[in-house]
Formats: sequence, C-alpha cells, structure tokens
Amino acid sequence: MSTMTSESEVGKEKRDTATPLLAVHNVAKSFGKNPVLRDISLEIAQGEFLTILGESGSGKTTLLRIIAGFESADSGEILMEGERLDILPPYRRRVNTVFQHYALFPHLTVEENVGYGLRVAKLPKDEITTRVEQALAMVKMSAYAKSKPAKISGGQQQRIALARALVNRPRLLLLDEPLSALDANLRRQMQVELKSLQREVGIAFVFVTHDQEEAMVMSDRIALLRMGELEQVASPREIYSRPATAYTAQFIGHTNLLRGEVKAGVVRCGSLDWPVGLPDGPVLYSLRPEKVRVVKSMVGGPGVNVVRFRAHVRHRAFHGSTELLRVECVDGLKLSVRTAASEQRPDDLELEFSPEDAVPVRESEERA
Amino acid sequence: MELPMSGTGRDKSGWLSWHAVIVFGFLYLPIVTLIVYSFNGSGVGGFPPRNLTLDWYRMLFADDAIWTSVLNSVLVAFAAMGISLAFGIPAALALDRANFPGKTLFRRLVLLPLILPGIITGLSLLMLFREADVKLSLLTIVLGHGTALISVATTEVFAGLQKLDRAQEEASLDLGANYWQTFWRVTIPNLRLSIIGAALLIFTLSMDEIAVSFFLIGRDNTLPLEIWGRLRRGITPEINAISSIIFIFSLIAIVIWYRLRMSADGKTEIAAELVEAPAQGD
Amino acid sequence: MFSRAYRAAITVPPLLWVAIFLLVPYALLFCYSFWSVSATQTIVHSWSLDNYRELIHVHVYLQTLFRSMWIAARVTVFSLLLGYPLAYYLSFHAGNRKDLFYQLVIIPLWVSYLVRAYAWKTILGSDGVLNTLLQYVHLTKHPLEFLLYSPFAVVLTLTHIYTPFAFLPIYASLEHIPRNLVEASHDLGASPFQTFWRVIFPLSIPGVLAGATFAFVLSLGDFLAPLLLGGPSGIMISNIVVSLFGAAYNWPLGAAISLCMLLLVLGLLFLSESLEKKWSFR
Repeated sequence: MSTMTSESEVGKEKRDTATPLLAVHNVAKSFGKNPVLRDISLEIAQGEFLTILGESGSGKTTLLRIIAGFESADSGEILMEGERLDILPPYRRRVNTVFQHYALFPHLTVEENVGYGLRVAKLPKDEITTRVEQALAMVKMSAYAKSKPAKISGGQQQRIALARALVNRPRLLLLDEPLSALDANLRRQMQVELKSLQREVGIAFVFVTHDQEEAMVMSDRIALLRMGELEQVASPREIYSRPATAYTAQFIGHTNLLRGEVKAGVVRCGSLDWPVGLPDGPVLYSLRPEKVRVVKSMVGGPGVNVVRFRAHVRHRAFHGSTELLRVECVDGLKLSVRTAASEQRPDDLELEFSPEDAVPVRESEERA
Repeated sequence: MELPMSGTGRDKSGWLSWHAVIVFGFLYLPIVTLIVYSFNGSGVGGFPPRNLTLDWYRMLFADDAIWTSVLNSVLVAFAAMGISLAFGIPAALALDRANFPGKTLFRRLVLLPLILPGIITGLSLLMLFREADVKLSLLTIVLGHGTALISVATTEVFAGLQKLDRAQEEASLDLGANYWQTFWRVTIPNLRLSIIGAALLIFTLSMDEIAVSFFLIGRDNTLPLEIWGRLRRGITPEINAISSIIFIFSLIAIVIWYRLRMSADGKTEIAAELVEAPAQGD
Repeated sequence: MFSRAYRAAITVPPLLWVAIFLLVPYALLFCYSFWSVSATQTIVHSWSLDNYRELIHVHVYLQTLFRSMWIAARVTVFSLLLGYPLAYYLSFHAGNRKDLFYQLVIIPLWVSYLVRAYAWKTILGSDGVLNTLLQYVHLTKHPLEFLLYSPFAVVLTLTHIYTPFAFLPIYASLEHIPRNLVEASHDLGASPFQTFWRVIFPLSIPGVLAGATFAFVLSLGDFLAPLLLGGPSGIMISNIVVSLFGAAYNWPLGAAISLCMLLLVLGLLFLSESLEKKWSFR
C-alpha cells in the first residue's frame, strides 16, 4: 500500500529537516481595494498535516490558491525546499489540489481521471496503469474504474479527486474544504480516513476548513486565519489550552472571557479575585467551561490556589454525557460551566476553578 | 477567471484577440460601408467616397411607396406579435407543465420553423391558402409570420419558465388563489421580462422577414419586399439610406432586448436557449 | 397540480394552430409532390412519382443540390473557424468586457439579412467599394470579376450571416464548462494548450455540432444570397424552388424538391442530435 511515496517515509519525522517543505514569506494579496491577505508568513514541515482554519472571508482559500498557483500574491514569496515556487505556473509545481467540488472531468472515466496527470507527463503506459490501480485501491474505489463521474456519489467523487491528486506523488497536497459537501456522518468517517491516509502516504497535507472541530481532529498543527492575518499557529492541544488571543479562544471550542484589573499582585474580575504575578493594568482571561468545577462537598473549605464562588443557574443545556450551564454571579458576571450531566441540581451552586486554568489572552482588535 | 500567467498563455491570448478584431471587423465592415455610402453623392460604389450629401435621405423621405410599405410592415409585425404570443405562451406552458399524447411531435413541430429554411414554411402555407381558396394579402402574411415566429415566443417563454420558482405558485395556491388567479397574479408577472423580450424579438424579425413573405404577398408590400423589388430594378443609394435607418432601429431594439434579458438572468442562458431548443432531444 | 380546464386552455389552442398552419401545410407539401401541373397551369390531383423521377433523371436538380451542399459545407467550415476562437476568447480571455463583446456579436445577427446581403453586393461589384479601393491603391488595374456573381460571393456573404449563428452554441457550451476543471487540469500538470485539447475542446463538442448544424442547414436552404450575389454559377437549390413557384410555375415539382430538402434537414438534425447526446457528459 505504501509503494506510493518511498521518499516521504524518510520525511515522516516532522521538522527534523533543516529546510521546511514550504516556506511562505510575507505574502499579501488584495482584490481591488479589498485586502484579503496581509503579510502572511508560515512554514510547513515535511509530512505534516497542517490545517488552515478560518471563517469565510478570512482569506484561507485565497492562501491555498496562491500556493497552488491559481492566484498570484501581490507581494512576498513562496519557497519549496529552498527554491522559488511562486514564479512557476501551476502546471509546473510539485503541488496537487483536491478541489472543493472535486472538479472531476465529466468526459473521462474514473480511471482516466486518475491517470490524467500521468498521461500529461507522458509516462509509459504500463507505469500509468499500475499507478492508477494502486491509487484506486488506496481509496477503495477499484470497482468503479470504468464508471463516469456523473454516476458515482459525492463521497465517492471525493475519493477519486484524492486519488487523482495523490497518484502524481506531489511534494505537497492541498485540500480546499473537501469535506464540506458531505453529510455529517460521512464527513466524520472521511476525516478519519483522510488522516490515516496521510500517515500512510507520508506527504504533507495542507487542509483548509472553517470547521474547528474538523481541524482539531485531523491536524498536527492549526494555522488560524482571521481577516487576512494569522492569529495563531500551533498544535491543536496548544491552541486549545493556551489560546493567544480572545478570538482564538472563542473560535476554538467554547470559552469564558473574563475582563479584569491587576493591582498590586491581585487580579480582580468582578467579584472574583486571586493573586497573580502580573504588572498592574487591565487583563483578559480565557477560562474553558470544563475547567469550572461544581463543588460537591463543602467539607474542608477551598483548597489552596482555588477560586471559589457562588452563582445562580440561569439555563441548563443537556448534551448527552455533559451539561452546559449558564450561571450568573452576584455581581452579574455570567459564565458557562461544563459539567457531568446530572438529573437534579439546585438553583444555586458553589463553583470553583484553578487560577492556572485562566489563560491570559490578547485582545483581538478590529481590522480595517 | 484569470488564466495563470505563462508564456504560452499570454501568446495565445494575443493571437486570440487579433482574431477577435478580425472577426468583428468582418461582421461590421459591410454595415459601416453601407452607412458611409448613404451619404456619398456619387453613388453606392467607388472608392473613396466623395460629395457628402443628404440627398439620398431627402429622396427617401419623399418616397411614398417606401413609407407605405413601412406602415404595412409595422401593422404586420404587431399582428404577428399578437398571434405568436397568444399561441406561443400557452405552448411554452404546455411544454413545461402538461403531459399529453403527441407532446414530442408538438414540440418538434413548433420549433421546426426556426431551423427550416423559411421558404418551406412559406410555400407550404401558400399551398394551404390556395387549397382553401384564400386570397393573398397582408392577412396571409400576418398568418405566415405569426406561425413562423411562434417558435420564438415559445423558446423565450419556456426559458423564462425554467427560472420561475414553482414554490411561488404553490404559495399562491396555498394562500387561497385558484389556478386562474395564480396564473394572472403570479405566473404572468414573473414571465413579464420573457414576454417583453419575446415581443421585441418577434417584432424585429417580422419587420425583416422575407422568405415567408415572398410567397404570401398580395398587392401590398412589406418593407423588405419593397426594397427587394427595387433591387431588381437597380441599386440606388436611397437603398443605402433606408438600410442605415433599418440598422439603427434594429440596433436599438436588440440592445433593449439584451438589457431586459440581463436583468432577468445570466448571459449563458440566452445563448443556450437560442440554440438549444431546436437542437434538443427528447 | 393543474386543473383540467387550465391544461386544456394551454394545450388546445396552440395544438390547433400548429395543426392547421403547420401540420396541414406540410401534409399538403407531401401531397403536392405527387401531383402534377397541366398545360393550362392548373394543379392536377393525380398521384404519381413523376416529379421524383424527374428530380433524379434531370441533371440540373441533383447538380444544384450538390453545389448547394458544397457551398453550405464551406460556409460551415469558415463559420466554425471564425466563430470558435471568437467564442473561446470571449469565454476565457475577455474578462469584464465579455458582456460588451457578446452584445457586439449578436447585434449583426438580428440586423436585417437583406441589408447585410445588399451591403456585400455594393462592396463586391466591379464598381463596388472593394474593387475601386484596390484600383485606387494601385493593387489591381482592372476590377476583379470573380468577386460578385459567383459562388465565392455567396460563400462570403453566407459566412458573414451565419458566423454569429455558429458562435452562439459554441459560446454557450464553453460557458458551461466549470472553471475549476481548467484549474484542475493545470494543477495536474497540463499546460494551457494541453488543457484546451484534453478538457475544453471535448466538452465544447456539443456546441460545435449545434453550430455546424445551424450554419449548414440554414445556408443550404438560403435563397436570398444566391439571388442577389450568386449569378448563374451561384444558383442554389432554393432558387430553383422559388422559380418553380413563380415564373416556371410547377408547384408539384417545387413541392417535391422542398419535401426532399425537408427530409434532408430533418435527417441532419436527427444525426446532429444523436451525436450531441453521445458527446454530452451531463
């Protein structure tokens, strides 16, 4: 199965090669007066699964298209393994794309579609046949080799699009929201399959999506893009537990944003306070709802280094194994709390959290 | 979509734009020549044109026969428009919504005059009138144009129906209107642009129609036949003058038609409808 | 969903009209082709195959038919050669001027045929614009005779008339090609030329077939251009039909020829449709 890419087996250990696979330096792009990408710099390592995550209008698709070669950046450059990529037209880049709506050629059969890039490169017929067979087997679509795209389902078309791109053994695979047209169950299934396929094949994948759950599930690293700029580039765990900005904290998962003021080593957020080693001034915290615990027994009082408070439950949302509570403190501060589902709950609760779970984040300014 | 930059891409674009210039030149040069020479004192030919004059236009405006034929043509065009729409709109609706025996044959028949040489439609109608002992006159020309141009009405309205959101009609029925009320209050207003576009097109085509009219003409001439008659006798720049005027009017009519269609739907659809209808399979 | 009255109202009137003014005339065409004309110029309703025998045995008819088909074939080829690159340019390279250029192409389409044919007549004649221009710049000493009253003039004029007809369906099919297919092709390593040859052209074949059919069928049945510009060597089959319904007064023979033309056209349409279906990938 892994006869596809022998050279990438070597590159499977991430970030151990001196030269990154792809280096984006200060790329900017505007459409007319509208700046879509401002000063993007990013590196992609061999064999990594990077997701470019963002809302619509964030510029993620534009960035992908610039890497693929369908748009050119207004400024900046892109290097692949040290050499300029952005000066090459798309058909000379060792990069292949899986398009959002698959873009399969309607007049060719499935196997002709998959073999297209190989025929264009004028490879010998036998080699083409072998590689196409392998590619189809890899995406489990061998039975459909002679079908036309119009006759197969969306999910199946997506696999063919994948095979068609991978059969060319690109250095980098770009995926433009390939799962967005699939229904929820199929989507989850494909997420798992794509991830294991990437591991198997060892090629770097750059995956674009607006779905943060998808990004978390699949990626080695996430690059969060907002209004043309990178908010944060980090692994899913890191981006979740240590978001850099308010936007990141809110975009990925749920969070509580607490505004506070530090004076003489103590931060005060409404009626809550705890000691911190920060200079005086305003501060913004991200506190994940699951980090706020319901105090079970009052015996022994609050432990050391715990912030404890009372709040009134305003709203309960049942999520199966957990509940999301909306609570309100005496001073009006509203928080979301995620806790294990329970049948009965008093209206007033004693809650607590550890100060280290309150992560300071930067403000996210409005951008022009 | 921007094609990516590359050597071959740009070269191709250069060659293609030259080709486009040549084709546009080929399409417009004769018409421009015609207009230029309508001001030429020395007649229709000869290069270079000299003696700029308005004489030919003056002659044209004094020419009663021409204006009578213009009036005839206008009358015929309006009448033909009426017939084509009166039968073409229901035909489009029938093709879109109803199923009846002989539907395929009906569709092909209705669209046939679009692709068939006009003389066949003309002479077969001539045979009809002869067998029915109907004297040839402007009326027979009206019947001929109306029949030939039903296909235009049907094609345009049919295309408009595809754009119509069925949910609107269903909503109307749901709110208590019956089929007739729905037809007049919802369907027709939505088809307004298609109908106006069709009317404009039919009018223009009727004004220019020769092949069918040729066979069905009685004592009164339509404009094209009047011009035709003069051509047999010899060319005069007066013909250039009337041709220039015809060109201006056609230009205005078509630009209005196009703008109407643009406000309704996309460009591709027009090109597609204009030709897909007769070429469509079952 | 629609009531029976509604359905009757939209199907019956058009059906009736089409039956009376299309079906019956074509049936008459059929009948007439088997009848004959007497010495006193009345139509004799006796059934025989004489007309058809005459068509086969008297050379001029088949000769003219083949000449007409040859002219139509040349017109078709030239129209495609002019129309396809133009359509491609508009679809892929024209950017935001696409709309304007499209209008420019369809305007000549609806400007009077007679006007345009007449324009060529004034240009190509021995005293016409082209000849006097060539003499004026001393490229030629004497007028070029072949320009007018020849098959050349007919082919030129008909190409002028029918290039926009060929353009339209080609443009429509090119516009229907999703742009992401072009990007996908580039992505997979194909240069712009390879992309055209492997992806764009195959997907545009239905449009090319439709355009070719239009150009061929319409020019085959044309009678105006040959009459104005063809001279004796440029006579086409429709001119024979027209004279048989005019001075030569033999309606049955004319009907027989027309019926053959009708069948030929229907056959070509059918062929074209099945080929289009085969090449359509929806």
